[in-house]
Amino acid sequence: MTDFSPWTALAGGAMIGAAAVLLMLLNGRIMGVAGIVGGLLGEGGRDLPWRLAFVVGMVAPGVALGASGNLHLTGNGLGAGLLVVSGLLVGFGTRMGNGCTSGHGICGLARLSRRSAVAVVTFMAVTALVVLVRRHLLGG
Amino acid sequence: MRRVLSAFAAGLLFGGGLILSGMADPANVLGFFDVLGPWNPTLAFVMGGGLAVSFVGYRLCLRRTAPVCEDSFQLPGTKLIDARLVGGAALFGLGWGIAGYCPGPAVVAATGGFAEAAIFTAAMVAGMALWKFVQWRVNTCPIAARLRAKRG
Repeated sequence: MTDFSPWTALAGGAMIGAAAVLLMLLNGRIMGVAGIVGGLLGEGGRDLPWRLAFVVGMVAPGVALGASGNLHLTGNGLGAGLLVVSGLLVGFGTRMGNGCTSGHGICGLARLSRRSAVAVVTFMAVTALVVLVRRHLLGG
Repeated sequence: MRRVLSAFAAGLLFGGGLILSGMADPANVLGFFDVLGPWNPTLAFVMGGGLAVSFVGYRLCLRRTAPVCEDSFQLPGTKLIDARLVGGAALFGLGWGIAGYCPGPAVVAATGGFAEAAIFTAAMVAGMALWKFVQWRVNTCPIAARLRAKRG
């Protein structure tokens, strides 16, 4: 899956955009995965059923592919320690900053939100810097 | 019920898109940000395709006075650009740069049975809970309450 294929990338991206539009058109909600998943943690209330339904739909294709042995991922090859540290950072950071790649990236930028633009530039820049340092300065 | 079904449909489309686009694989994400290495442009195409559709689609559907299954659109009201926004985004970038997983792809790969993604996702959910705890702690802390009162 690491071979670059522009058409599937574009088509998959368009599906992600269409999902965001669908959730706005039908339910009037921003499609932010960090908020939707984070909102399942003890917030409950009126938003719980649709958030749960979104997550069930979101995982369905991967579950089907995985169960039939057709989900082929290269992965990052990290050990458990770094997986835990990076997972904690992503979970904490996306809730603190009110959004991730879907919420700030796909939805926020489409609304021309300045907040989202600042968030996207910040997390993209930090991500690029971390990759640069880890792959080229630390040689990992 | 209609709200639940439409959220399920949107989730299905989103999850399928993550897999088809290659975003569910952190190797594509890390390859994109590795501008000095053998550059992998996948993420640019995914974001480009996604934004093209969401930008036009949002404009069309926000012309309506209300969404189909709800009384009103719930759009973020705050325009505040503060340390919380930038700090949170920076912490997210730090984790994303190490692992190559952001929340959607992490959950998709984990539930697809990919072990490293399962460990990452468990920690990510713990991180989300930790933020909730910190927020609760700050909200119930008497010193923070006094500071807030002073600031008005």
